[in-house]
Amino acid sequence: MKRHNGSYSADPRIGWLELLPWVLGVAAFFLLPDYLSLGARILVYVLYALSLDLVVGYAGIVTLGHSAFFGLGAYVAGILAARLGVTDPLLELIVSFIASALLGLATGAVILRTRALTLLMLTLAIASILSEIANKATWLTGGADGLSGITVSPIFGIFRFDLFGKTAYWMCLAALLVGWWFVRRVIYSPFGASLVGIRENYARMSAIGSPVYGRMLSVYTLSAGIAGAAGALMTQTNQFVGLNVLSFESSGELLVMLILGGVGRIYGAFVGPIVYIIAQDQLAKQFPEYWSLGIGLLLVIIVLFARDGILGILDRIVAAVRRRSTARTAIEPKRSDATL
Amino acid sequence: MTVVLETRALCKNFGALPVAQSIDFQLTAGARHALIGPNGAGKTTFVNMLTGRLQPSSGAVILGGDDVTRLSQRERVKRGLGRTFQINSLFRGLSTVDNVALAVAERRGLGGRMLKPARAHTDVRDESMALLRTLGLQDDAATLISSLPYGKQRLVEIAITLAMKPKVLLLDEPAAGVPSMETHRILDVLESLPAEIGILIIEHDMDLVFRFARRITILVNGATLLEGTPEEIARDPRVREVYLGERHA
Repeated sequence: MKRHNGSYSADPRIGWLELLPWVLGVAAFFLLPDYLSLGARILVYVLYALSLDLVVGYAGIVTLGHSAFFGLGAYVAGILAARLGVTDPLLELIVSFIASALLGLATGAVILRTRALTLLMLTLAIASILSEIANKATWLTGGADGLSGITVSPIFGIFRFDLFGKTAYWMCLAALLVGWWFVRRVIYSPFGASLVGIRENYARMSAIGSPVYGRMLSVYTLSAGIAGAAGALMTQTNQFVGLNVLSFESSGELLVMLILGGVGRIYGAFVGPIVYIIAQDQLAKQFPEYWSLGIGLLLVIIVLFARDGILGILDRIVAAVRRRSTARTAIEPKRSDATL
Repeated sequence: MTVVLETRALCKNFGALPVAQSIDFQLTAGARHALIGPNGAGKTTFVNMLTGRLQPSSGAVILGGDDVTRLSQRERVKRGLGRTFQINSLFRGLSTVDNVALAVAERRGLGGRMLKPARAHTDVRDESMALLRTLGLQDDAATLISSLPYGKQRLVEIAITLAMKPKVLLLDEPAAGVPSMETHRILDVLESLPAEIGILIIEHDMDLVFRFARRITILVNGATLLEGTPEEIARDPRVREVYLGERHA
């Protein structure tokens, strides 16, 4: 599997294997019509995980507070619809993106001056503060009861959000396509290459004259915006916002999904949420009380045996197959020599 | 000769411990200057103050005639100050050519761009390859940097710094950790560096120092003990006493 590491040697052309998620996404709509709401949730989480991969996987910024941006985006979309009567889904997406990006810019300007554990704790603190604000501002957010009464206008005035979640699914898939294209472009750009440089060696990037802080702030802002858009999609899909979108569990769960799929390789953000959410859904059906034990075991296995995530396992399998086929082609000429 | 780098009464204390004591130092354009001294003399601290990685407790750093004491590392790099590190400081997950390309791109002001893919900036890659060729590393261009032998990694350290086209080059123990059989290669590279660059080398390998440097400064306990030509240094009994031994007398 190609690792999709931004650099001056990396080939930015889209490989045929990269079309697979989109083929599966379209196929799932027709083959699994009863699971469209689950599918939309997965698509939202893939976009959310992509935003996290940009900061954690590529820029090496550790965070446990990405739910602050996801939650803000979710609440902005919800408040626009339920309190201000702005129900256009695309406008909500754009406003949520901008609001979360601004929060990313404002908080990143302060916290990105720190590193490691301090940074981790500060990201956590920001999400906690936001969660508490949402909890107390009942008049605006609905507090612990959540924000309901959200309506969504038809997209372009044509495509209505239906009970079966068909429109929501297509909208999530289209938003993910745009988000993926953007993130991929960023990763393969000189900016993306410099992010990899910062991740690999922060001190050396400073020593070659790179504005490291500015680059980190830029990517943090972009990532926050994408997470905000994912939050808005979640609101439009569920037509409800609860405090859980701002919780530590939301950030933690997202990080687990990314680790499960593989960090710093774009498609880990696809594989992780798909496996995690489907496993969660199936385990919850089979073992309603103990489903989290199954998820925990899955994570322990990944951490112990596949630190590069599921895509890392695939990497090793592909490498082993290639080694075997190389060894075979090396042996075959000797055989023909022998017959001659 | 034009002075390209200068320090005036540079001091640094770590708590009550003085590690640099009123160091006055001058480096001229095209200089081949070595800074030597026993372990703990404060050589790396001195270089870190020159580059802006450490702020001095007092005194001034003058680069190209301007006081840069309060300027960031990045600002000093933009004014032509390059350095290599005592311990390899490379981008370990990247190939050799990509290590150099990052520095080339930053110097060209491309590092923040998002519109075109990095690979489409062929001029960056071409310049990086040309630089690797001058150091004899062209065959290792695609090799993952962490897979290269240590001696070659030291050369990549130098290549990254040269990619920034510095006017002043600070080489912090370029031969550190390199097997003695391979230090000649480091020396060949150092001798082939552009003549106009002012070079300050910190090195423990005395053979390399005496073959390369035209001027030497001895630092002991954070203070300048002596400065002179290699012959003057080798003759001085104080140097023999603190550092060199009989071999270079």
